[in-house]
Amino acid sequence: MTDLATYNFAYLDEQTKRMIRRAILKAISIPGYQVPFASREMPMPYGWGTGGVQVTAAILGPDDVLKVIDQGADDTTNAVSIRAFFQKVANVAVTTKTREATIIQTRHRIPEETLTAGQTLVYQVPIPEPLRFLEPRETETRKMHALEEYGLMHVKLYEDIARNGHIATTYAYPVKVEGRYVMDPSPTPKFDNPKMHMSEALQLFGAGREKRIYAVPPYTEVVSLDFEDHPFEIQHFDKPCALCGAEHVYLDEVVLDDKGGRMFVCSDTDHCEDRREHGHAGHLLAQQEAAE
Amino acid sequence: MSAVPLLKVNDVSKFYGSRIGCRNVSFELWPGEVLAIVGESGSGKTTLLSCLSTRLMPSSGVVEYHMRDGQYRDLARMGEAERRFLMRTDWGFVHQNPADGLRMTVSAGANVGERLMAVGDRHYGNIRATATDWLRRVEIEEDRIDDQPRAFSGGMRQRLQIARNLVTSPRLVFMDEPTGGLDVSVQARLLDLVRGLVHDLGLSAIIVTHDLAVARLLSHRMMVMKDGLVIEQGLTDRVLDDPREPYTQLLVSSILQV
Amino acid sequence: MPTPLVVSEVAKSFTMHLRDGIRLPVVSGVSFSVKKGECVVLGGPSGVGKSSILKMLYGNYAVDAGQILIEHHGHLVDLAKAAPRSVLEVRRDTLGYVSQFLRVVPRVSALDVVAEPLLARGAAQDEAREKASELLAKLNLPRELWQLPPATFSGGEQQRVNIARGFITDHEILLLDEPTASLDAKNRRVVVEMIAAKKAEGVALLGIFHDEEVRDAVADRILDVSAFSPRKAAA
Repeated sequence: MTDLATYNFAYLDEQTKRMIRRAILKAISIPGYQVPFASREMPMPYGWGTGGVQVTAAILGPDDVLKVIDQGADDTTNAVSIRAFFQKVANVAVTTKTREATIIQTRHRIPEETLTAGQTLVYQVPIPEPLRFLEPRETETRKMHALEEYGLMHVKLYEDIARNGHIATTYAYPVKVEGRYVMDPSPTPKFDNPKMHMSEALQLFGAGREKRIYAVPPYTEVVSLDFEDHPFEIQHFDKPCALCGAEHVYLDEVVLDDKGGRMFVCSDTDHCEDRREHGHAGHLLAQQEAAE
Repeated sequence: MSAVPLLKVNDVSKFYGSRIGCRNVSFELWPGEVLAIVGESGSGKTTLLSCLSTRLMPSSGVVEYHMRDGQYRDLARMGEAERRFLMRTDWGFVHQNPADGLRMTVSAGANVGERLMAVGDRHYGNIRATATDWLRRVEIEEDRIDDQPRAFSGGMRQRLQIARNLVTSPRLVFMDEPTGGLDVSVQARLLDLVRGLVHDLGLSAIIVTHDLAVARLLSHRMMVMKDGLVIEQGLTDRVLDDPREPYTQLLVSSILQV
Repeated sequence: MPTPLVVSEVAKSFTMHLRDGIRLPVVSGVSFSVKKGECVVLGGPSGVGKSSILKMLYGNYAVDAGQILIEHHGHLVDLAKAAPRSVLEVRRDTLGYVSQFLRVVPRVSALDVVAEPLLARGAAQDEAREKASELLAKLNLPRELWQLPPATFSGGEQQRVNIARGFITDHEILLLDEPTASLDAKNRRVVVEMIAAKKAEGVALLGIFHDEEVRDAVADRILDVSAFSPRKAAA
């Protein structure tokens, strides 16, 4: 008996995939609307991307090329294990190259390279309900979505400004999709919000524990909420990436020693490597090379 | 005084199974008028208030509201979206327990500003200025605007709840025992404040209370309820100075004289 | 001479449900009228129903039978049957009342207590306060009290606030329930002058005055309430 024979293709049984695909189709039809689905137990704990994994499993075909990132990186535990999971249960091709992938499952980032038509981005979502912060009752939040009562979302932003002098929400920054539903873009940095707007790629969101799927179809308007006198702004970084010198990308802080030494490098590891291969070098890399 | 009533209540009853909540209540509320509904616990006054404010559906009877466009609308036949919009713009509801009417984990300013944001105000500076003004009107220090109501005293919370309700200039405010649970001195301040606001804004109000002194101070008219029925109603002075029904006489004679 | 207040066959009794439903007749067959510029004083021994008549006329007591016709904005209103909001409207514009005791509202200053009836009729704040100041000055209420709530005032001081409040408007009918009871001689004279001025303006006044000197000074006519008392009929 081979290992593979133990599982149906992509782990889930066909009935479950069908159920999830129906939820996905409904989600695509109503951009930003959270569709309930019968989330299954997966062979990993909640919080490890069980929602994203189920969505990926339901749309994955033998010809797909899968990329998995966690905080932008292809080589972190969560990304490595999910990639290994699908290699094992679906035997699909995997890649770390953004442009080669047909499906990209992500936790907390959108790749720097602009996604193109035909690509699908699958987000792992911990808490799909953007109104949950202020309204704990599910019955009430559903009603608020149904009746388009979104004043509460601005209450949250108001609190931010009152406390910090500016909108301090830096991730899971609420957006309005196609002028109708307010949506939580999962805990991606708000830096990535503009990339969702009118994207050529299909964006699917899966929340396993909360049993919700939602979607942003290609070429859909995604607007970040704000105030007239405090407009939406993305993060700005003072320096370029220390390794590849890229500007206008999202950077992670890396502590280098216990003397306060630190560097800022691309959070998107594929993007960073790609640039370095093409001869770009940041100040740290340049120093190292000079030293050698 | 305007020529038409703001609220028309016709034969409203509410049954909980075979038990009676309130029965066959009819009255009209006119613009600028403050009506007190008094009675002991279980007399049906809170049930009636809930039926009037659409928090409960009456078992029978009709409640009609005179909308800003001049039309009367049957509240039970109104769509939920419209009803909720009405409730957060043209109406207010002051709960006995401020925690039921406030968001305890957001600042006082946001509590007051929420209704403005709900109707589409998207200018932070303007919202904050309006909230500041309303805090002043309910006698809350301006420097408490970023504090959460959790840090407020009971009286302050109740005043904050009132500000939160009045910020959209509603025409009708429902109050359920607004001074219940407050110290006497705090009550007096709140009553005076409510009295002033009702007068200055020309509000109509329906106040449920078991405290006849509250009714005397705030209301023009009174309805006395017992076992779900309105047993006596009339001018507040008249009901309190010349109560006619046995139960009303008992209520009035039970007031403690200081 | 126009007659803004006509009372016709009014009867009143109390049913004391807490005392086995005994019925206490107060007055019956009360009929009289008050002309413009006239001051009618209700007379008779205490307990005969004088205050009850004033309270019926102001709407504080319900009426068992009869009519209380008030000329209000050019038409007649029967206060015995009027809806609460009509009663309130008549009180605001036509019918004033100076009660024996001031109903104290917490935290409202004496000046604002006096100005309130004018504000209720739409007067500007400054104008109402100015007029209130004039009246309080005329009634010799010490200026340092004006900004204080009257709760802690003496009986005489409270009564002067009450009188000022009753006299500040140009109501065409004024009911006075012992307005001079707690006043000293000097202030009683002020009140007598104020009543004379109201008469001169054509206001119809109906009052109860136990002080003979004041009564003689203001009354055009004394109406003996004993005539309406059932107890007298029984005796």
